[in-house]
Amino acid sequence: MAANPMTQFEVYRIGPEIKLGAFDISFTNASLFMVISSLAILVIFNLGSKKNSLLPNKIQLLAELSYTFVSKMISDTAGSKAKPYFSFIFSLFMFVLFCNIFGMIPYTFTVTSHIIVTFVLAAFVFIGVTIIGFIKHGIGYLKLFVPSGVPIVLLPLIVVIEIISYLSRPISLSVRLFANMMAGHTMMKVFGGFVISLGVVGGWLPLSFSVALTGLEILVAFLQAYVFAILTCIYLNDALNLHH
Amino acid sequence: MIKKIFFQLIFFNLFFLKEVFAAESGGMPQLNPEFWISQIFWLTLTFGILYIVLSKLILPKISVNLELRKSQIQENIEAAEKQRESSEAKLKEYDDIISKSKLEANNIFKEARENVVKEINAKKETLDKQIDKEIKKVEQEINLLRKGASEKINKIAIETTSELLVKLIGTEVNNSSISAIVDDLSKRNGDKYYGN
Repeated sequence: MAANPMTQFEVYRIGPEIKLGAFDISFTNASLFMVISSLAILVIFNLGSKKNSLLPNKIQLLAELSYTFVSKMISDTAGSKAKPYFSFIFSLFMFVLFCNIFGMIPYTFTVTSHIIVTFVLAAFVFIGVTIIGFIKHGIGYLKLFVPSGVPIVLLPLIVVIEIISYLSRPISLSVRLFANMMAGHTMMKVFGGFVISLGVVGGWLPLSFSVALTGLEILVAFLQAYVFAILTCIYLNDALNLHH
Repeated sequence: MIKKIFFQLIFFNLFFLKEVFAAESGGMPQLNPEFWISQIFWLTLTFGILYIVLSKLILPKISVNLELRKSQIQENIEAAEKQRESSEAKLKEYDDIISKSKLEANNIFKEARENVVKEINAKKETLDKQIDKEIKKVEQEINLLRKGASEKINKIAIETTSELLVKLIGTEVNNSSISAIVDDLSKRNGDKYYGN
């Protein structure tokens, strides 16, 4: 690996170039880790749901704990109306979590450290939530932009601010995850570089930082997946319950 | 000293990162659009497959498993509750039987005692009656004897008196006059002699 901390984020083609019309959809290292994460999720949860024993084994316990964790998170933030969207939020949470965690293994690629990936995920959420809102409330969904109890003089300003904040949701959602992952991994790379450049004499301090940062980054990996999922729940709550 | 430098380096690095991010310089591979389409495509594909498989196959199974376990535990708790109730009922029944039998035993004991007391009383009465009868009989005999005794004594007294008179005086006195005197005496002093 090169000394430049940003080279870890480079995407390169694996195998031949695949073209779909004018678009290049070649299989890359990013695609590889998306596939690995998805497969890992599917394998773990398939094993965890295969047989139902009264006293669950470890993998079943893991699957069921994740299930109850996410379902509790959804019912706490978005209420019982959000139940049909449970599988989507569960998939989203697990996908982001596994991509983040897989990125913590040295020499792997972190899918979620790419703005385009997080932006597409956030756009799924944004478009989905907007569609749900309009289906549930029709044109009345626009009331989301008109908070109650605001003086009529301030209303034009508030509505503009609300619209901007609504439209910036996918950006804030995607940039939060992307920036966190990128910053964390860059920091770890920088400290790793310090260990090498300072050698046996001075390298111990950055090494200890590196160890501490690894722990922190694992926490961040979980936390950002959680934040991503819970913000999705909150947006969904806005669309389902419309009390602003 | 070295520590200070490290801390400064960390902070500078953070600033550096922020500046890189803000400036969107060419140094960030994330902003190179060469593989954007590929990433979007593969993300949609993998995430879509993940979502479909999870929502159609795996999550319903986990949900069913959880529900089954919940209901099974509930059933077990209910069964345990039922058994507890039945055992309590049986205990109550047992207590009832014991108290009933105790009462019965008491009753039997009382009855037996009453019977015995009655029998004893009856026997006592008959015995009392018999004793009374015998006492009356004996009293009658005594009375008869007593009545006879005064006449006999009078007779004896008359005979002895006449003999005494014969010996003392040498002449026979008329029996009837003696008997009159004896009768008179016995009438006057009969109480003294017979204790009546």
